Amino acid sequence: MHGATLELDDIQHILLTRAPAVTGRYEFLSFRNPAGGRAWLSAILEKVHSAKAMRDSVAKDKRWVSVAFTSNGLRALGVDGTSLATFPEEFKQGMVARAEILGDSGANHPKNWVDNTASPDLHAIVILFAKDPAERGRCESEHKQLIAQCKGVEVLSSLDLEAVPPLGYPHDHFGYRDRLSEPAIEGSGDEPRPGFGGSVKAGEFILGYPDEDGPPANLPQPEILSRNGSYMAYRRLQEHVGAFRDFLRQNGETPEEQELVAAKLMGRWRSGAPLVLAPHKDDPELGADIQRTNDFNYKEMDPHGYAVPLGAHIRRMNPRDTAANMNRRRMIRRGAPYGAHLPEGAPEDGKERGIAAFVICASLVRQFEFAQNVWINDKNFHELGNERDPIIGNQDGTLEFKIPKRPIRKKITGLPAFTTVRGGAYFFLPGLKALRYLAALGTAT
Amino acid sequence: MTDSSKQTDWTKPAAMAIPKGGFFKDKVEQGRYGPIFPKSPACYGFTLIAKVIPGREENLYEYARNLEKAVAKQPDVLAVLKLHYLRWQIFQIKGESYFQYQGIFDTDFDKYTEDAVTIFSATGISTSFENLEGFPKDWKTNPSSFVKFVRDHHCPSFLEYGEYPYVSAREIKKALKLKAAFSEALDQMQ
Amino acid sequence: MTDSSKQNDWTKPAAMAIPKGGFFKDKVEQGRYGPIFPKSPACYGFTIIAKIKPGREETIRAYGKKIEDTIAGLPEALEVLQLHYLRWVLFDINKETYFMYQGIFDTDFDKYTEDAVALFSKYGINTIFENLEGFPEDWKTSPAAFVKFVREHQCPSFLEYGEYPYVSAKEIKKALKLKAAFSEALDQMQ
Repeated sequence: MHGATLELDDIQHILLTRAPAVTGRYEFLSFRNPAGGRAWLSAILEKVHSAKAMRDSVAKDKRWVSVAFTSNGLRALGVDGTSLATFPEEFKQGMVARAEILGDSGANHPKNWVDNTASPDLHAIVILFAKDPAERGRCESEHKQLIAQCKGVEVLSSLDLEAVPPLGYPHDHFGYRDRLSEPAIEGSGDEPRPGFGGSVKAGEFILGYPDEDGPPANLPQPEILSRNGSYMAYRRLQEHVGAFRDFLRQNGETPEEQELVAAKLMGRWRSGAPLVLAPHKDDPELGADIQRTNDFNYKEMDPHGYAVPLGAHIRRMNPRDTAANMNRRRMIRRGAPYGAHLPEGAPEDGKERGIAAFVICASLVRQFEFAQNVWINDKNFHELGNERDPIIGNQDGTLEFKIPKRPIRKKITGLPAFTTVRGGAYFFLPGLKALRYLAALGTAT
Repeated sequence: MTDSSKQTDWTKPAAMAIPKGGFFKDKVEQGRYGPIFPKSPACYGFTLIAKVIPGREENLYEYARNLEKAVAKQPDVLAVLKLHYLRWQIFQIKGESYFQYQGIFDTDFDKYTEDAVTIFSATGISTSFENLEGFPKDWKTNPSSFVKFVRDHHCPSFLEYGEYPYVSAREIKKALKLKAAFSEALDQMQ
Repeated sequence: MTDSSKQNDWTKPAAMAIPKGGFFKDKVEQGRYGPIFPKSPACYGFTIIAKIKPGREETIRAYGKKIEDTIAGLPEALEVLQLHYLRWVLFDINKETYFMYQGIFDTDFDKYTEDAVALFSKYGINTIFENLEGFPEDWKTSPAAFVKFVREHQCPSFLEYGEYPYVSAKEIKKALKLKAAFSEALDQMQ
């Protein structure tokens, strides 16, 4: 079954498309009893767009909704023990139990998380993306009413998402342009752009389809629950903008030098232009050109890291031609920034801001956990010795960052933590039929 | 190498005694597929011992000849395993044949399990493991069953010694290349 | 290293299949105590396997700590053996316990055994072997008896692989020292 036809009317839209939204809201829910949970799900599921429905209506729609459940959440809705046992081990354990493997220690430890996602009572997330704040407000009230009507459904916490100004293109609070590299899924209708590594088999992201290794295997049961579903790792990353800007100033005397330091940490200029293609000078036009901005590799074009340091963020997150089996390691990223913008020149105000993202893949252990454990937080990545990912790695102030340079490389020591993990969880993102199946549990048989 | 922590000083040979079972109880690190066997002055490694299915020894000997050719043809075919050395033996205990896979390598098995399974598949190594009793039938689609076989058949050392402790094969090769280049440079300056 | 013979190219990993028995029949070199096992891309080495005398497991394990302490106090204690790595393993087959001595080193087996006997005596480690079944009682006065035991219990590999083939531990240490010195020099110039 090559180039399997995707059931676009059953797959939740978030897997295949990005909503054209500037605001959003996540609500984290707990179900005190299965009936309440199912009542909520029954009501909300008609608002969940499939990929097909979204594509058909994207011009006129103003809001897009996704729902997903933790392992405890599936149990809380009434999924029986035998079925639950067929789900993958790491999903059942939950992100908190995997903290050591993910590098979530020290300041990143779940005991420091702020949004109750570390609680075993976290059962579901509802994700809203909205075209504008007015629409978000309307949906928020509507949802609040729904919750009030469903006995036993509780909101553990919520988070509002806001695009960071200036609004010309999506970027995070550090100023880095976002959404530049995404796998093209075979059969989705999206053509892979240059440098994206060709299409990747659907089964790498969507359960029930052949993946890069072959036909689907080890699917959770029953099939109606797992088919067209996927897994999501949620990560709430606080961005310490003041510390980041201070660091740039400490390591660069002029604005140009500071931009270069920022670029070396990431592997791209903040405009998005990749260092491999623009090693000395920024090129914002290149950064914005989706046909060119991802068209590069490392082994061939930058083997020693003179353009992109070996430990830079994008080189760790996607080693391209320097890693084996790259097509088994791809991930889909969704999400948005949260928190008020800190204007350039304003001092750190202590308010929390950052990005709240989802990493979507068919196997958390093989894709998400691998990236965290082997690429981001392994001090031995590329034999660098005393380095972790400078942007999202677990930094305790003792690690360094080496920038290859002729004649002599530059070594920055005592790298501060620019981000801190503030929340996280593993979710299962069911297909639409699966959502209906879950909503109807306990009524049939 | 000036960056190595004090604990991993490669300049002096070192030996490490390891408790029965292969772990230091209070320092067990969790990997994605289970607890990680600790690094020693001999880096990471296995000693896998498994009984050969009676009559299948010749398949293993033939496999060795195939692997020799495969490496000669493409020297970096096993790169993903980050090996220093690999040695395979067949030995007899009370008339029964046992296979042994001794590997010394730089990555704890957990980190690259899936890549190892893929490489073993691509080079036919796993197919040669099918000549061993207890090797799981679903190893291709289920890395955790492969991992289980390895864990069940690994015999941890109680002592490991390294002459240049903890140094990775990559570091060694880089150093050798540097020395060769330096030597060449000196020759050119005569 | 610019002088390395074409046959010993360390820049490419290599594997070598070895016939059953451990020798290439037409190329057997004679040593003082018997035929010499051939050098492979994993240099010289052995895998000695011997059944332990019942009840002696803990005694044997305790030597692990003894060696760890000896080396910590005197890192060059085993220098003469020209080791790369050493691993001692205790494992069970059908509820009987076996001891295994895995060594990878740069001096052929023949020379190594005598040096090993002498060294182990010097550091009080020699007595570990007395816990193995079949170990000769007159080993102290008869190196030949010791060698015989080792040869009888040696399990030759049928495949050996080296990531940096044939390179000696000494060469490796020199190259690592050179790279470290160079790296330090670069850091000082920051």
